[in-house]
Amino acid sequence: MVPWSYYTALSAILFAIGVVGVLVRRNPLVIFMSIELMLNAANLAFVALGRQHGSADGQVIVLFVMTVAAAEVAVGLAIIVAIFRTRERISVDDLTLTRW
Amino acid sequence: MALAVFLLVGAIAVASAIGLIVRRNPLHGALFLVVNLFCVAVFYLMLEAEFLAAAQVIIYAGAIMVLFVFAIMVLIPGTEELGADPLAWQRRIAVPLGLFLLIEVGFLFRTRLVPLEPPPAAPGGIQAVARMLFTDYLLPFEVTSVLLLAALVGVLALTRRKA
Repeated sequence: MVPWSYYTALSAILFAIGVVGVLVRRNPLVIFMSIELMLNAANLAFVALGRQHGSADGQVIVLFVMTVAAAEVAVGLAIIVAIFRTRERISVDDLTLTRW
Repeated sequence: MALAVFLLVGAIAVASAIGLIVRRNPLHGALFLVVNLFCVAVFYLMLEAEFLAAAQVIIYAGAIMVLFVFAIMVLIPGTEELGADPLAWQRRIAVPLGLFLLIEVGFLFRTRLVPLEPPPAAPGGIQAVARMLFTDYLLPFEVTSVLLLAALVGVLALTRRKA
């Protein structure tokens, strides 16, 4: 049995890597993937702590997070494709307006 | 034995996460992220959340990552991160800030949570999850369907617009 603190430590490491990815990368697709990494890190903490407390709440919440992530990716990728159609170049540093 | 598996898979997970943010090609990043998602699925199995492990592989590694790879293929990657960096200072301080965040989160996890020893019995697998999902969490479950419908309509509206 692995101690729960190992899982939370790993979750913290993965979350921090995701944050650094969002900050250092300019490609919106990679930024999106870093956000997925952070969501996964949070999910891992949910499941590990739910297991530790002997409750299924963590697993149910992870299911909701997965659904929200799927919806977010669908809308986000549609926005990126729409931006690319009008600009022929995708870099988040160029996108300073919410309406183009 | 479980600890050895945890350390091995954890090392692969961290390495693939770093690979995601250092590789310039977004397609390589997507493949690294798939490896990472599989590692998290292994952790779910070790935590006796079999249903989530299957959902992780099917939804994340299957559906979501296919969507990512498709978008990367459509958008012709690799040319957008060349040239002068307008926010170079931000990249330089990002890694120290990330390390600071890691220390902060680790500190929170160490101090705020009282360890329970030994762990109680497993919550009961898919039956327990399903019972909670359709009783205590019924309203969020139904709201989720509205969210998915809204995402569907939003994507259609975005892609049909003649820009």
